[in-house]
Parts: sequence; structure tokens; C-alpha cells
Amino acid sequence: MTSVLRAAWLIARKDLRVEARNREIAYTTLFFAMACVLVFAFAFVVEGQPLADAAAGILWVAVTFSGTLALGRAFERERQSETLRALLLAPVERAAVYLGKLFSLLVLMIGVETITVPVIGVLFGAPLWRAPWLLASLVAAGTIGFAGVGTLFAAMLVRAQSRDVLLPVLLYPIVVPVIIAGVRGTAAIFAAEPDFAVAQSWLAMLIFFDAVFVTLALWVFGPVMSE
Amino acid sequence: MPSGPDFEIVEAREASRHFGRRRALARVNLRCRTGEIVGLFGPNGAGKSTLLGLFSTLLRPSSGEVRFGDRPAAALGDGVRRQIGLLGHDLFLYADLTAWENLEFFGRLYGSSGAALAQSIDAALTAARLQDRANDRVAGFSRGLRQRLALERALLHRPRLVLLDEPFTGLDDEAAAALAARLRALRDTGAIVVMATHDFESADQLVDRAVCLSEGRAREIPDGGGTLRERYRQSLREPSS
Repeated sequence: MTSVLRAAWLIARKDLRVEARNREIAYTTLFFAMACVLVFAFAFVVEGQPLADAAAGILWVAVTFSGTLALGRAFERERQSETLRALLLAPVERAAVYLGKLFSLLVLMIGVETITVPVIGVLFGAPLWRAPWLLASLVAAGTIGFAGVGTLFAAMLVRAQSRDVLLPVLLYPIVVPVIIAGVRGTAAIFAAEPDFAVAQSWLAMLIFFDAVFVTLALWVFGPVMSE
Repeated sequence: MPSGPDFEIVEAREASRHFGRRRALARVNLRCRTGEIVGLFGPNGAGKSTLLGLFSTLLRPSSGEVRFGDRPAAALGDGVRRQIGLLGHDLFLYADLTAWENLEFFGRLYGSSGAALAQSIDAALTAARLQDRANDRVAGFSRGLRQRLALERALLHRPRLVLLDEPFTGLDDEAAAALAARLRALRDTGAIVVMATHDFESADQLVDRAVCLSEGRAREIPDGGGTLRERYRQSLREPSS
């Protein structure tokens, strides 16, 4: 177990070091997320009043779309010099490769979200400070669920010619529960009459989803990547 | 560095490999021993890279098996990969990392750390004649410099089995001679070197045994008169058994 975590940390640290050098994923995902938020702000905020639940929906649209972009680019890097093969050739369990890529993606996605969520708060007048820990937990759990499934699918598709098209087509149906739970949980916090019990129940569902799908991904990543 | 399960022979037994309907290898038998350099030759698409993929454990045979010593690859687990070094046609280097950082990353992934790793990296950079480029990003390297660094990356953990796919690509005469000397030194220290190449001139004085792959089948290129290229062409003309 220690060796798996150690190797995962090495891979994640390498990814973050590469990202720190060229900031390609951070800039493109942040730009994309902000563009989403701004376009929806023009559409759904009329005379300073946003539509009901719009902020929650747009937050998760931004997370999902920018996350898809990050997933594709993260594995494109490994494809360019076939470095994914070098990782698979290393004498470490394949689960370590999955965990390393997942961890670096989470750092990037959460970094983008720390900027995107406050902007949504400002543009849509969303009450971010009403239950900040519950909101942060919902966003974090939803991001883990999305990235957990997405990392597996992006790795599987890394050699497919139409991977950029296939990734969302395959990924979104699986992560629909994450998006629904994220939107409904966030909407329960942002509502005029907040219902924290409902938000907590959606958070519980997200944590359950994360546990099931990250465990499944750890289990199947090795066999899937063996060929 | 920690060592994995050791072996003195690597062997493909009746190994076939299909990609969908396409047959890349058909019942290949090849046994490579410690202290020898085996050259794999053949036209494009003959299955050379696929055979290296089977030996590297990155691919599994569709039928037949690959054995390391007296045990099949599947029985040896992840540890056997510690004894394998692969230089692919793609170089497995991160362009945005420096030469040092690339070697450090892969060295740590193979279980090395601290002063021992630093010494190994210094030695590798010296062997690649890249000491003065250690802190330069690989993105700025020419193909030849990348090739030299990639070779050292593959050898950093001192593998028993060294698999090389077109190792002379992009190398100038001096670098090609240095590579040949390096491979002879590896052979003399007991490594098993399997090399796929189209460079007959560089390989002629280097390989101990030559194998021709054609249409997924393997056959030995016999020793004897003529250059390696002539013997290879003769081998291609002979009907398959």
C-alpha cells in the first residue's frame, strides 16, 4: 500500500511540475469555465435577478465542461511521447498510475473551482457563506466523483483516434448521478429557504458514488491498461 | 536500486499476437540468453515492435507464452518489470522536464532515492554526454540528444533485459559508435539485449545472433558468408516453413 501511494505521489508531483512549467491545462480550463459562467450570466441574470437554481446549475456545468477539457489534455501529454507506456512499464501496481493521475487532476480542478465558485457567487448573487463547509464538501465530493470516473475513461481512450469526441459521450452518462446530486445539493443551499438536510443527503450520495466508482476504477485500471 | 526476480533466459514459446483480425505474430519461438545481443530484423509491420512489446510485458500474447527463466511472465507479477529496460521508437521522455528531472522521476519510480540515485543520474548523464545540458528542458533537445537520454533512462535501473526499438535513429556516427560500445558492455555484464533495427551496417558487427521476422513468423538468419544485409535478404527469399 505504501509503495502504491509513494508511486502515485511521484506521478502526481511530476504532473504538477509539468503543469507549473507551461500552465496549459490551468489556463485553458479556467478560461473555459469563466466563459461558461459569463455567457450564462448574460442569459440568466435579468435586471440583477438570477433565475431560481441557475447558480447551482451553472456551477456544475462549469465544473463538468472544464473538467472534461482537463481530462483530455492531461492524457494527451502522456500520449505525445508514449510516456503512459513508460508508466505502465514501471514496477509499480497500475493502481498507482491511476491514483497519481487522479490526484493531479483533482488539484487542477479544485484550483480552477476556487476561482470559478466565487465568480458565480458575485455574478448570480449566490450565498456562498451560508454553509461554506457543506458547499465546499459538495463541490469536492462531486469533483472526486467526476475525476474518478473521468481518469479511468480518459486513460482507456488515450489511443483511440476520436478520443476527444468519445470521452464526453462515454463519461457523461456515467457521471449523471454526480451532476444531479451536485446541482440539487447546491440548489438546496442557495435556495431562498435553504434546506441543509437535503443538501447533506445529496452529499452522502456523492460520497457513496465516489467510494464505489473510485474503488471500481482502482480494480479495473490494471486489466484495462494491460493491453 | 531494489532488484526484481532475476532470470538468465527470456523466451517466447509459440507466441502469437493478434490485433483484432490482424495477425502481428504467429507462433513465434525465440530464446535469448544472458550475455548476448539478439538483433530482430524484418520489413515494416513484420512484428518486431510487437515482439518487443511481449518481452516487455506491456502486451500479452493471444496464445503461447513469454517466459522469464523457468517461469511465465504472468507468474512473476509487477516485480519482473524492474528487470526490464525498454527504449521504444517513441522515447518515453517528458518534454517539459529537464534531463535531470526525467531521470530522477524514472529512477524514483524504480525505487531508487537519495545519494545512490544522484550518483546513477550523474553517471547516466556522463554516459549520454549531456552533463552540461542536465538542467535544460528536453523540449529543446535534438532527436539525437533525446535518443541518448532515452537510452540512459531505459538503463538507469540496470535491467537484466534490455529491449531496444530502432536505437540508432537520429544518432550521428560518434553517438552510434558509443551506443554500440555501450551495448557490448551491457552484454559483457550479463544483460540480455534484444534490438529491433533496420540499420544493418551498425548491427553487423554488434549482434551475436540475428533473427528475421516476416509476416509474423521468426527464423534465424544463419551465420556465414556475406554481410548481414545480404544474409537477411537471402533469408527473406526462403519459403516459410
